[in-house]
Amino acid sequence: MSKIIVVTSGKGGVGKTTSTAAIGAGLAMRGKSTCVIDFDVGLRNLDMIMGCERRVVFDFINVIQGEARLNQALIKDRRLENLSILPASQTRDKDALTKEGVEKVLNELREQFDYIVCDSPAGIERGAQLAMHFADEAIVVTNPEVSSVRDSDRVLGLLSSKTHRAETGQDPIKPHLLLTRYDTARVAKGEMMPLEDVLEILAIPLLGIVPESPAVLRASNVGTPVVLEGKSPAASAYEDAVSRLMGEQIEMRVQRPERPGLLSRLMRREA
Amino acid sequence: MLGFFRRTPRPDTSAGAARDRLQILLAHERSGRTSPEVLPLIQRDILEVIKKHMRISDDSVDITVEPGDDFSTLEINIELPGTSGARRGIPN
Repeated sequence: MSKIIVVTSGKGGVGKTTSTAAIGAGLAMRGKSTCVIDFDVGLRNLDMIMGCERRVVFDFINVIQGEARLNQALIKDRRLENLSILPASQTRDKDALTKEGVEKVLNELREQFDYIVCDSPAGIERGAQLAMHFADEAIVVTNPEVSSVRDSDRVLGLLSSKTHRAETGQDPIKPHLLLTRYDTARVAKGEMMPLEDVLEILAIPLLGIVPESPAVLRASNVGTPVVLEGKSPAASAYEDAVSRLMGEQIEMRVQRPERPGLLSRLMRREA
Repeated sequence: MLGFFRRTPRPDTSAGAARDRLQILLAHERSGRTSPEVLPLIQRDILEVIKKHMRISDDSVDITVEPGDDFSTLEINIELPGTSGARRGIPN
């Protein structure tokens, strides 16, 4: 049974596309046939991050409108044979994306792929709502920062009310928290919210912690998903996240300093 | 026990301030997600219940939610017709 996973966040710039590419590639590396879809009509970028921007001929909208067959629009990744990309349209109007059209394409994709990973546009408008509408699971990408956490909370509200599963009374979409750009040094200094605080506020299961890492920009520069760019803390974090997504129990590997207990806080105050 | 101490606000760090602000804000935003739709329904139901037993006008039930830091208060004001105008402080 194939799974549709939406990568969403509300806030822009938190790492949705990076995460879609890394998790899509990670699933393909683990032998799962995987398709990544760009839902950001007009501002497509998944093709750039995946490094296939010059191979785009037809796109998602062409398929929805019957101007191209699905297999003409799917771009096969050159590094991983069981990974494909369905790019968004760069020129069409956002309204070309219809609920019926999206459903039809997703159903067709379900027949050939184990995992369909939908890269949501930022915001909570039409494009973002369509990206999450038919999802079975959701990866909520969040930075340990107030506006990102607030927007993630809003997105969680939409996932549980405005989606196909919610509207038809099925089991709710399974949410996963992916905490990105995490900096243990700043957490230790009290400059960044620790994992525990974000988890307590959003109250959803943790899929992974991706540390702030120069590898992410390096990978995007050359159009390679970060898991294929070589060993890095970010790559390991995404590999672990992929394992958890596949149902494996993996220990959280990002080391973090202990929070000061009551005693040490009292002592610091007295000092 | 440890959880209790962990929850103590830590306004001494900016990260602690971030968490405290988020917890207060999101509590309000989450309640706001349902209350605007629910309040008129509660108002209608209360009015119906009272009308079974008393004669009151349709605009005599007033419902508001007063948000606070730790909890919000649902305030229901029902204006009942007095036995005499004097009791309600209305001069004859």
